[in-house]
Amino acid sequence: MAEPKTKYDRQLRIWGDQGQAALEKASICLLNCGPTGSETLKNLVLGGVGSITVIDGSRVEIEDLGNNFMLDESSVGQSKAKCVCAFLQELNDAVKAKFVEESPEALIETNPSFFSQFTLVVATQAQYVLSMIENMQKGARSYDKGKILTLRVVSFLLDLHQGSFESMGRFELVEASLLRLDRICRQANIMLICARSYGLTGLVRISLKEHTVVESKPDHFLDDLRLNNPWPELKRFAESIDLNTTDPVVHKHIPYVVVLVKIADDWAQAHSGRFPSSREEKRAFKELIKSKMIALDEDNYKEAVEASFKISAPQGISSSLHQIINDHSVEVDSTSSDFWVMVGALKEFIANEGNGEAPLEGSIPDMTSSTECYVNLQKIYQAKAEADFLAVEQRVRSILKRIGREPNSISKASIKNFCRNARKITVCRYRPIEEEFNSPSLPEMQKYLNDEDCRWLPIAIGFYILLRAVDRFAANYNRFPGIFDGELDEDIPRLKATAQAILNDLGCNGSTLMEDLTNDMCRYGGAELHAVAAFVGGVASQEAIKLITKQFVPMTGTFIFNGIDQKSQLLIL
Amino acid sequence: MAGSLTTSSGDGGNRWRDLDRLLTRPGNIVGPTFDPSPELRSELQQYVRVLVVGAGGLGCELLKDLALSGFVNLEVIDMDRIEVSNLNRQFLFRLQDVGKPKAEVAAKRVMERVKGVNIVPHFCRIEDKDLDFYNKFNIIALGLDSVEARSYINAVACTFLEYNSEDKPDEDSMKPMVDGGTEGFKGHARVIMPGVTPCFECTIWLFPPQVKFPLCTLAETPRTAAHCIEYAHLIKWDEVHGGKPFDADDPEHMQWVYSEAAKRAELFGIPGVTYSFTQGVVKNIIPAIASTNAIISAACTLEALKIASGCSKTMTNYLTYNGLEGLHTKVTEFVRDKDCLVCGPGTLLELDPSTTLQKFIELVGDHPKLQLSKASVTHRGKNLYMQAPPVLEEMTRSNLNLPLYELMDKVPKDVVHVAGTVNKDDKKTSALRKLRVVFKGIDGVTDMDTANGA
Ligand SMILES: [Zn+2]
Repeated sequence: MAEPKTKYDRQLRIWGDQGQAALEKASICLLNCGPTGSETLKNLVLGGVGSITVIDGSRVEIEDLGNNFMLDESSVGQSKAKCVCAFLQELNDAVKAKFVEESPEALIETNPSFFSQFTLVVATQAQYVLSMIENMQKGARSYDKGKILTLRVVSFLLDLHQGSFESMGRFELVEASLLRLDRICRQANIMLICARSYGLTGLVRISLKEHTVVESKPDHFLDDLRLNNPWPELKRFAESIDLNTTDPVVHKHIPYVVVLVKIADDWAQAHSGRFPSSREEKRAFKELIKSKMIALDEDNYKEAVEASFKISAPQGISSSLHQIINDHSVEVDSTSSDFWVMVGALKEFIANEGNGEAPLEGSIPDMTSSTECYVNLQKIYQAKAEADFLAVEQRVRSILKRIGREPNSISKASIKNFCRNARKITVCRYRPIEEEFNSPSLPEMQKYLNDEDCRWLPIAIGFYILLRAVDRFAANYNRFPGIFDGELDEDIPRLKATAQAILNDLGCNGSTLMEDLTNDMCRYGGAELHAVAAFVGGVASQEAIKLITKQFVPMTGTFIFNGIDQKSQLLIL
Repeated sequence: MAGSLTTSSGDGGNRWRDLDRLLTRPGNIVGPTFDPSPELRSELQQYVRVLVVGAGGLGCELLKDLALSGFVNLEVIDMDRIEVSNLNRQFLFRLQDVGKPKAEVAAKRVMERVKGVNIVPHFCRIEDKDLDFYNKFNIIALGLDSVEARSYINAVACTFLEYNSEDKPDEDSMKPMVDGGTEGFKGHARVIMPGVTPCFECTIWLFPPQVKFPLCTLAETPRTAAHCIEYAHLIKWDEVHGGKPFDADDPEHMQWVYSEAAKRAELFGIPGVTYSFTQGVVKNIIPAIASTNAIISAACTLEALKIASGCSKTMTNYLTYNGLEGLHTKVTEFVRDKDCLVCGPGTLLELDPSTTLQKFIELVGDHPKLQLSKASVTHRGKNLYMQAPPVLEEMTRSNLNLPLYELMDKVPKDVVHVAGTVNKDDKKTSALRKLRVVFKGIDGVTDMDTANGA
């Protein structure tokens, strides 16, 4: 076995030991191991998740070899779950790889508690959903005797030589299974990711009640220098430094933070206590900074001019943080998560010790400075961050006591980490799949459908509607549109009518889908292309990692892959 | 490759059923040359040759994706050997492969699993191959992590581009590229149609040179852990080891830099120097994960399939991907730089017919736009002068005193390729340039379009 530190070095630099530990504790369940599912798991196994369980009841057919790298000639006729699992195990011996040779639909129906052992379930190639009632009414009428519809694209027709009554029962189960699975997972607090590839499109959707993130690690986030609202110790430190020193070496090594605090203080004294706010004032302020330069090569003053906008930034917390501290979950009780307990403490802190501000982050970016001055400045920031943390900690302890929990049940390290990231905490919530299916946000739908300036929005929403339409089509015709070359021409108007009916049902009157797109959807004939599956599986595994490590921000909404011009889109429905 | 072109196996199944749906049926949102038919896949398999440059995180994915997208004739070039730290994403390699050439293992693994595909590995530097090697491919897929290597391959692909008398690029001479790049949760995928969409050099500003710390900061006012590490690496190492080159792959060297950096940090009260961070700074390690590589390679492969078959409209022309906060993708249509030295019609040089090859090489070195030193010169695939290897140098040395006009078989005007080195950001890099040479006072020159020359 390789030294994990070395093997995982390139990813440890992204999510650290904590993130890796969370991955190594996670158990993942995959439903259906076609290319989309296999590629999803491949990326997770490489990253070193604790265990995987592959669930698939089908056998490998020749067609599977054309799009699934985990299978080869020797797999044909064997259990697909077993073959995929064996290949995945080869990739990383630190992962426990298991398989269950059973159809996911049957498992969902007969053994729902099976899923509660997992951290996260990835359901692939499940048809998006049809409601039970719809399926009973429409599916039953047009149903061929002895034939049932399964969820898999590959073997969509199966002759069971059974009576129509029995197959009707199975049909119901199949159609409702994703909705059932969503309910099962929500009840047991298991995270669910749906991933699907279909021709040149695909879909990824996360489903769970709530996901809270402390370490959201955004790409660009303004540093927390508090120049718009300097606290007394920072001001005192600035006062101890003489901007008018005649030593040119000292002058060009005063950190810009000190330069700005001092000049802003001068400005405020001349402007009845206010910092520059209008465009005119901001320009005058920059001129004031420049006027203090004593040489042309003073990088610290150049940095001060560039950062001068930080003086005028609005005080207080961001609107998104405001929303979180006013969320209903902040009324904590003994059932609340650690996250919400800490948000409760944060809210109190902002209203009291914080004077409207979140705890200080405590780190400063590199800036032109002498070593000594920089290190001392860093200490000023660290001291304030430590004081803020202690105040929050005290509030966390007293809240825990109030709600009947052990006051030390949240570690110092967790609270410290929370304080360091307090400005960036994130809460993601997901509607149940059934809810989105029955009543997607109408204004959003209309917005996407009617966006005339932007051709790519209609493609994404078009694919979304069409993915639902092919499922309804399948319920009516027992197969996806365009499966047979001979019926391609008839299937196009049928699919078009189905898609239009869905739009009408949802109340999107007057919206017509692009004809070209409907035509191409028929052309795909339910094909699962490897490159599309690799893209969709890549996205699904990325989101799984974000959910498991509780780092970075997972996507909210439904991701629609657009393989035509690569203008993929997240739809908030 | 017997068997690679058969569509069905013994039991009547069609391995390529799903792919064939896209290739055999007419569509509405397709490429202008799309000619759907059951034969399209066979043509793809028979005639299309794809070169994958790089067998790392992207290269492994690209080989797999291309092999499962119907491509049969693949080659891969990579000079690296497998390391343990590759295993978190380069899924074609196992622990027991550590130390073996990436290209060879990657080719073998994909051929083992995808029957009928043929992958030729090349365990060497991209500069070791001549133009004829690159010219045999229809599409080049780039899975690289260096700006220099991208720039080089881009220049190679662009040398094949010919312009007609109206200065329009000739489609048959175009060598399309798909290029991917990743860093952590972020990445890009692009399509380069030389002469039509911007080449790598047209948009070189997308890859700004890395900012280096000023030496005076390292020596006099260190403030961060990185400053301490770079001091040990760039200043202290030379002071102490005088002349002995630093080798980042030698653990003893790295350990020395780390302990020196730690001492310095301690002295100044600077936190954050660890061994892992030292490695990251010194080797400029870019974090990398399996999922982003999978996503970017898949996008590149899909575009390669579209270029080869026309089965769908293509992406125009640059996809940026960011999975850090939610998921953001953006496609930008960049435009060509009209004056690009690499993908344009070529730099015009008007010469006296008596100009010797030696003089020509000097001119190329002094030319304000080219500044190409140590140039090797080829004309229509013929080596006129080669700086290396020594055997070729010796063979071609006698040409130096001959007039270029005679060496070019007395054609009045033609394209000449020169390869050499240029100084970029204080670094010597390999470069390849296309020159349009015109001999003054020779018949047939009057109709030469000199308006675009530079
Ligand atoms: Zn160019």
